[in-house]
Amino acid sequence: MENDLIISPSPHIRAKTSTTRIMLDVLIALIPAAAASVFLFGFHALVLIADSVIAAVMAEYISRKVMKRENTTGDLSAVVTGVLVAFNLPPTIAPGYAVFGSVIAVVVVKQMFGGIGNNFVNPALAARIILLSSFPKAMTNWTAPFGYSGMKTDAVSCATPLALTAQGEHVAVTDLLFGTTGGCLGETCAAALILGGVYLMLRRVISPVIPVVYIGTVSLMSMALSLDPLVQILSGGLLLGAFFMATDYTTSPITPKGKMIYAFGCGIITILIRKYANLPEGVSFSILIMNILTPLIERVTIPKPFNQLTVD
Amino acid sequence: MIGEFTKGLIKENPVLCLVLGTCPTLAVTTGVKSALGMGIAATAVLVCSNSVISLLRKLIPNRVRIPAYITVIAAFVTIVQMIVKAYAPSLDRSLGVYLPLIVVNCIILGRAEMFASKHPVLPSMLDGLGMGIGFTAALFLMGSIREILGAGSWLGFPIPFFDSHPVLIFILPPGGFFVFGMLMAAANKLNKAASEKQSACDSCPMSAACKSGGEGAHS
Repeated sequence: MENDLIISPSPHIRAKTSTTRIMLDVLIALIPAAAASVFLFGFHALVLIADSVIAAVMAEYISRKVMKRENTTGDLSAVVTGVLVAFNLPPTIAPGYAVFGSVIAVVVVKQMFGGIGNNFVNPALAARIILLSSFPKAMTNWTAPFGYSGMKTDAVSCATPLALTAQGEHVAVTDLLFGTTGGCLGETCAAALILGGVYLMLRRVISPVIPVVYIGTVSLMSMALSLDPLVQILSGGLLLGAFFMATDYTTSPITPKGKMIYAFGCGIITILIRKYANLPEGVSFSILIMNILTPLIERVTIPKPFNQLTVD
Repeated sequence: MIGEFTKGLIKENPVLCLVLGTCPTLAVTTGVKSALGMGIAATAVLVCSNSVISLLRKLIPNRVRIPAYITVIAAFVTIVQMIVKAYAPSLDRSLGVYLPLIVVNCIILGRAEMFASKHPVLPSMLDGLGMGIGFTAALFLMGSIREILGAGSWLGFPIPFFDSHPVLIFILPPGGFFVFGMLMAAANKLNKAASEKQSACDSCPMSAACKSGGEGAHS
């Protein structure tokens, strides 16, 4: 009788989610955008993504080894970081820059602060900003899609949709939806990004609060500033940022109220940079700024336990 | 006596261990030339001000010591600034406002308060020289790393490979903070290895001033 009783401390019911499973879902959600980037920009896009992923995983493995900590490459977070770094690169860039960006993201931004769960900003975004301020020329060299198809000997350089709208030119919504515009590898094809984002929300990997409030704020603000909301939403890195980078667990608030404040801030800063600043795109800077503000947002949105007495 | 000179090099390095003089360290280390210029100018001021303040240490009333120190330091900074303006105008241009700002460099006031006001002239001079060389060495190291990686050159001479792939961020403020942090980590590691068997107090760069009962001058 005594042996039939199993005594164990709680929790007694465990969910099947694990970091590896969550990261695998994020990778699945990134597949459509990756496929679109290879289709639009050719084999070189695949080379960039592969180099970036390999560099990120190697950097994670080596830095954990050097710091004499347990190996965490199995949680796939380095793979996700690698893919996101590649998605933030222009299609013309040499693979060396992708490797540099991934190593910066994993070693400097993530592992130096203690590894997964301890980074204070999104590693892939920080890597993008560092690459952009280090190599401004290489990071803004855009080409038109299908430049690889052999019709022309040289790739055709072209401006990004946001740069075009800033000059007052019209950009077709269908081009933005299918990604047949200039831009970073993973950001051009809006349809693929929305598909991935919906998958993540259905799998409950991300809560819809951040993307919905972020995109909603951008559309309301662009209406208020007499910009075309649809073009603002579908162009640039907004969808990639709103679904895949602003929703990073470590660097975004936990409570729904905190998430709303965070996403609202992202939206405001994005549209202010797009409209008034010298840069055409503001998604990466806005998410980075709100990442840094996250601890403060958490502090003002601590939920009150039910029936708690307040002491003045 | 020789210890007064060597302690400023690594164990009590003013920039990397005492974390004084951070502002010029970050501002002028975008190139080796300006980093060396700043280091030498500050060393000259430090040696002179340390000796004069040590000479006057029994004459200066305790209550007005800080204004008195600043007056002495400002006089030497003015002399150095005039010399640099006359003989190295390009260095004067690249250092800009940071040259007159040596007056408020924490290292110089810190050494006056912590050392020169309590010790005879010769040790004070050696202390100033050691601290100055430590400051110059840290600046030189930071300037070299930042100029080679960020501009692809060293002392203005292009370095192969690096000159075709400059990583601009190293000569921007974030890169300065990054290199500064890395060098501080390296200096901590060196000091820790050296003082493995000593007590926690001995491994602190402030321990000498702390034990002698002086009020620490953290400016």
